[in-house]
Amino acid sequence: MSTNGSKPLLEVEGLHARYPVGRGIVGTVSRAPKLEVRAVDGVSFSLKRGEMLALVGESGCGKTSTAQSILRMIELSGGSIRFDGEEISGLSAKQLRPLRRRMQIVYQDPYESLDPRFRVGATIEEPLQVHGIGSKDDRREEVKRALELAGLTPPELYIDRYPHELSGGQRQRVAIAASLVLHPELLVADEPVSMLDVSVRAGILSILDELRDNGLAVLMITHDLSTAAHYADRIAVMYLGRIVEEGPTREVIENAQHPYTRALLSVVPKRDPRDRGTPQILRGETPNSIHIPPGCRFNPRCPMAIAECKTVDPELRRPAASRDPEHRAACIRV
Amino acid sequence: MTPLLAVEDLNIWFELPNGGELHAVRGVSFDLEGGERFGLVGESGCGKTTAMLSLMGLLPPNASVSGEVRLEGENILERGEESVSPHRWSDIAMVFQGAMNAFNPVKTVGSQIEEPMRLHGVAEGRVARRQVEELLERVGISKDRAARYPHEFSGGMRQRAAIAMALACEPKILLADEPTTALDVMVQAQILELLGSLASDFNLALILVTHDLPVVAQVCDRAAVMYAGEVAEAASTDALFHTPRHPYTRLLFAATPDLHAGGERVASIPGAPPRLDRPIVGCPFQPRCDRAFAPCPIETPLLKSVGERHVAACHLNDHVREALPA
Repeated sequence: MSTNGSKPLLEVEGLHARYPVGRGIVGTVSRAPKLEVRAVDGVSFSLKRGEMLALVGESGCGKTSTAQSILRMIELSGGSIRFDGEEISGLSAKQLRPLRRRMQIVYQDPYESLDPRFRVGATIEEPLQVHGIGSKDDRREEVKRALELAGLTPPELYIDRYPHELSGGQRQRVAIAASLVLHPELLVADEPVSMLDVSVRAGILSILDELRDNGLAVLMITHDLSTAAHYADRIAVMYLGRIVEEGPTREVIENAQHPYTRALLSVVPKRDPRDRGTPQILRGETPNSIHIPPGCRFNPRCPMAIAECKTVDPELRRPAASRDPEHRAACIRV
Repeated sequence: MTPLLAVEDLNIWFELPNGGELHAVRGVSFDLEGGERFGLVGESGCGKTTAMLSLMGLLPPNASVSGEVRLEGENILERGEESVSPHRWSDIAMVFQGAMNAFNPVKTVGSQIEEPMRLHGVAEGRVARRQVEELLERVGISKDRAARYPHEFSGGMRQRAAIAMALACEPKILLADEPTTALDVMVQAQILELLGSLASDFNLALILVTHDLPVVAQVCDRAAVMYAGEVAEAASTDALFHTPRHPYTRLLFAATPDLHAGGERVASIPGAPPRLDRPIVGCPFQPRCDRAFAPCPIETPLLKSVGERHVAACHLNDHVREALPA
């Protein structure tokens, strides 16, 4: 395993994922044009070990599809994914198998992601069995280690329990333990706390925080900008299948340049009732990703759009007002 | 002056299939003025939805209720269904959690909004249809969409339609249970803006039930924080954030990340709420509290006034007040 600190663990370039859309019988017979959802439409970013990147956006923006295509859970339509220097976008399922244990995912809903008939220990041990790792005793030790990493201590207290005996927060910790048991280098956390009560969320997020400090690369998918602002090192904001702004967390939150990011930030409710700014509410809803507007995909809803925005598809580049060399936005007006 | 709505010592028990009893709402009191925006905040299982269902007289048959709910002075709980039904929808209406997914898929949205008008004798026929169109326009849906089916609406539009339906009989009080929980933040902002403008335009009192403190902070004038079926603290949202008098309120804010409080530590509250099917001795929050002291595990703290329209149920307030010079 190479541990070059500066070299990214994950490099994604020009990622595309498209799904065909059914035209129905009438559409097929009348030879209506074939439609497709462009869920991921040219996404590029990189992620280092010991770094947490938050992929933020509203539902349908392609954040989950991006994560799933990186893990090769859905078919790519184009682009390149390099994991630890190795191009993995063209690998077959068999070639991918040894890589699978190095990248893991935690899902949103700990009530759905755990098998109710499996004891906690069996759930966490399963990945080890699948990969044929260790003796029975070794595996038991690994399971305990994973439980401790996920904050379920002492592990003996949890190892023989069933999911229904656990709270939502504890279940999510079990799911995290199961993802850690293989010592992954990349962890994708897809809305890891959105199903949980506020009072237990911080506990789950601080586990991810600690794992990141110990060298894990974390890709967090979230719709919650406040959570991203608190925990992530970098934030990438997605809109209609594309990253529209990216940079170090403080820079994106405090010096947002893309009009979409600025609107999104303005509508996040603040805790302090005295801090009632004027939300800049965008009218209407995000267009669907079958009919992505030409030019800048945000132009029909953009308060700053000019004629050129209807024709030029802007690239990510450093905005004039940015204070950080790693800050990029896809807007010709900034 | 009589408040528009006064809830006093409301208790709700559910009979459990195993013969036990679950005390879901435990002595809740609060009041509401006309046109006021009131928040009811708490985590899952704290009894906030159950309390709201009792105001509508919509609790399941295994529930029993005590206490008073006075609407303009009249106790609507007094004679059960008989005294509550005249007010349901026409004075107090509710947007249920997940209401936007509860439309009948084979009926047009317009006809479903019209139904309560007909049932409550508000309007019929062409008059009702015109009112439906006006309501739709008021909640931001073009009137020609009345003839469309729910699947032709987006989530945000269905939520607008659900609000229109709750307003069909021109209520004085609107109970909105987690109205934006399943929605994206931009659509959430649209819906919250809509609820706020409806409240001002129609002098509609709003009770916003949610787990989301920042939403309450931004929308409501006052709020009650519930824990384990009880009101832990109730005050202006400003006082709840700046001068909380119950540790749960303070810790709940501290567990909520904020966009601009970058360096501040977000801390979870250890432990879990108590089971409500067993008697609770002392303060229900005591096992998770960072300030618990001698009386907390023994004596139940009462909800006491700690300031102007500010109440809290915490022994610390007695303790601190005694310690302070008068």
